[in-house]
Amino acid sequence: MKVARVVGTVVSTVSIPLLDGQRLLVCDLQDVDGATAGYTIAIDVVDAGVGDTVLILDEGNSARQVLDLEHGAIRALVVGIVDELVVDGASRTVV
Amino acid sequence: MQLATVIGSVVASEKVPGLEGVRFLVIQPLDKKQQPSGSTVVAADALHTAGPGQLVFFVSSREAAEALEERWVPVDHAIVGIVDEVNLVDEVIV
Repeated sequence: MKVARVVGTVVSTVSIPLLDGQRLLVCDLQDVDGATAGYTIAIDVVDAGVGDTVLILDEGNSARQVLDLEHGAIRALVVGIVDELVVDGASRTVV
Repeated sequence: MQLATVIGSVVASEKVPGLEGVRFLVIQPLDKKQQPSGSTVVAADALHTAGPGQLVFFVSSREAAEALEERWVPVDHAIVGIVDEVNLVDEVIV
């Protein structure tokens, strides 16, 4: 999993059926220093909001397991909202 | 999933079995601010309706084939949605 910051949302009315009704969040992936290292669009299953620091799961089988699907073209999910992050003994500020 | 712009299409009459009828589009991956980022790739169009000039999002790796009717096929990028709107918050309050 990866630590990321939710920075926006994507709205799509024409999509594959399994994305119907799902919230899509634009998430800045963070490196060990907290700097932005790319982004991903992830399905939200924990009611995360813009500004939240979150945990991103980016693996298909696990993602399908979370959504209880046997098949489906999904990979990236927001699976947690981070309360506290400590790196090298130092606490990192999270929202 | 990532954002991309559809910039073209690919026609291939000789294909691996299972890919018959699959539309292939050339897409330019974009960063979150919709600026080109990285090399263009060929993606299967799981929506059958995407076309040049459209802003879409796509899924990569094994999961791409999961978007198609025939799931056990060699496809590593698939367009899974057409974007209506991207809302970005520039300044996230820490």
